[in-house]
Amino acid sequence: MSGFFKSSIGRKYAMALSALFLMVFLLQHFAINILSVFSPDAFNEASHFMGTFWAVQFVLQPILIFGVVFHFVMGFVLEIKNNKARQKSYVKNNGNANSSWMSRNMLLTGAVVLAFLVLHFIDFWIPELNVKYIQGDMSGLLTDGEGFRYYEELVHKFENPLRVGAYVLAFVLLSLHLLHGFSSAFQSVGANNIYKKSMKGLAQVYAIGLPVGFIFIALYHHFNH
Amino acid sequence: MNLTLKIWRQKNANDKGKMVDYKINDVSPDMSFLEMLDVLNSGLILKGEEPVAFDHDCREGICGSCSLYINGEAHGPDRGVTTCQLHMRKFKDGDTIYIEPFRATAFPVIKDLIVDRSAFDRIQNAGGFISVNTSGNTIDANAIPINKHDADDAFSAATCIGCGACVASCKNSSAMLFVGAKVSQYALLPQGRVEAVDRVKNMVAQMDLEGFGNCTNTGACEVECPKGISLENIARMNREYLFANIKD
Ligand code: HEM
Ligand code: SF4
Ligand code: FES
Repeated sequence: MSGFFKSSIGRKYAMALSALFLMVFLLQHFAINILSVFSPDAFNEASHFMGTFWAVQFVLQPILIFGVVFHFVMGFVLEIKNNKARQKSYVKNNGNANSSWMSRNMLLTGAVVLAFLVLHFIDFWIPELNVKYIQGDMSGLLTDGEGFRYYEELVHKFENPLRVGAYVLAFVLLSLHLLHGFSSAFQSVGANNIYKKSMKGLAQVYAIGLPVGFIFIALYHHFNH
Repeated sequence: MNLTLKIWRQKNANDKGKMVDYKINDVSPDMSFLEMLDVLNSGLILKGEEPVAFDHDCREGICGSCSLYINGEAHGPDRGVTTCQLHMRKFKDGDTIYIEPFRATAFPVIKDLIVDRSAFDRIQNAGGFISVNTSGNTIDANAIPINKHDADDAFSAATCIGCGACVASCKNSSAMLFVGAKVSQYALLPQGRVEAVDRVKNMVAQMDLEGFGNCTNTGACEVECPKGISLENIARMNREYLFANIKD
């Protein structure tokens, strides 16, 4: 296997595997978030478990961070290499004639998602780290000690229309990213069955359904409280 | 038809080059694109100007040399054809047509619209063959039973004419459709399996060395390929490459 990941195809595998991992993560993230619409208690329980269970915190979370960083760094590396492969561009190029806008703008849509992730980290993750590991409060309880704090925090975050707006925009771009990315990742790992009809449908269900689901959750909490 | 042509002119590999405008009148819609350029060149020669250099050989869609990027697409707006098979009826009277060479760092311009595609030959030499003893005891290929589905796929892959339209159309100048086709045409047949591991490794290594970009599965190559080579061939190459690397 020596040199595999230095080859063009090896890099494609690496890119696709990190992307597939992120897509599984996103599904899991959605599964927990949607609980907040149906049952604040269930949402609190799940959040507390994810936020305090050691295997999630110290095994899965580092893998996730590595996965995200790897994915976007690799995205930029590939972009630079690909630009080198054509130093002089065409005077007239008709990309729309042969490929989708999404497929040609993965870096752009990805970069917007990255900007959102930075915001998301500042918004949710850093306060979380602060409470748990700096202040040392692992109880997950509200300051008055009356029940878990996660649901309250979530509802509070979605009060601000600017934040909700940024959230919606980011998920629209994520949807565009995934509309190409979902099937692309399967093609990259050699599973071209994805181009068969039923798999194309699955790609659309995931790439549109999941972001719409996240947007629904944000709007639900924004207008319902 | 009367047309305006905007053509890339470049004296030699080191010249900077630029787009130059030409007017051409009374073009018949039944002309092929290359015939239209022939007419333009005759006119230029009569005027004592340097004719436009472009590649061509068979003029029937089999050699793959006619490499033009026309109005932003390899081999122009028609599908499943090379430039020599493109007809002027695909254009309208009064049209402006951009004509550029295929662009890729691995395909340097030699002159005007002619590019050097010997990178493809070097990839082919790295593994696009089978080693057969031809000293009199060769077995007839037809004597080996082959699954019809595989035979058809191998045949489709083998119709690649090495024109380079896939590279030219790809936003990343990736050669993966070409290499995928060349790897697949052997990988699907028992004769090709014998050297399959080395073949895919060597051809991909050469492809990377030549400076082609990385595939991002935009699918532009498949759409622009005059022979309809399918993206399936890239997926097959990726699998072949992974398994070849696991094996040694
Ligand atoms: C952090 C910001 C991100 C950036 C900068 C980014 C950038 C990119 C780029 C440039 C590509 C194209 C590379 C290629 O096809 O070779 C890509 C592919 C992809 N991305 Fe992202 N991305 C980001 C986040 C995400 C997220 C959060 C997900 C999913 C939840 C995701 C899923 C995918 C998928 C599925 C692919 C296709 C992989 C493939 O074709 O092999 N990306 N990304
Ligand atoms: S794959 Fe198609 S476009 Fe690419 S070189 Fe072969 S025939 Fe030309
Ligand atoms: S000149 Fe041979 S394919 Fe066009």
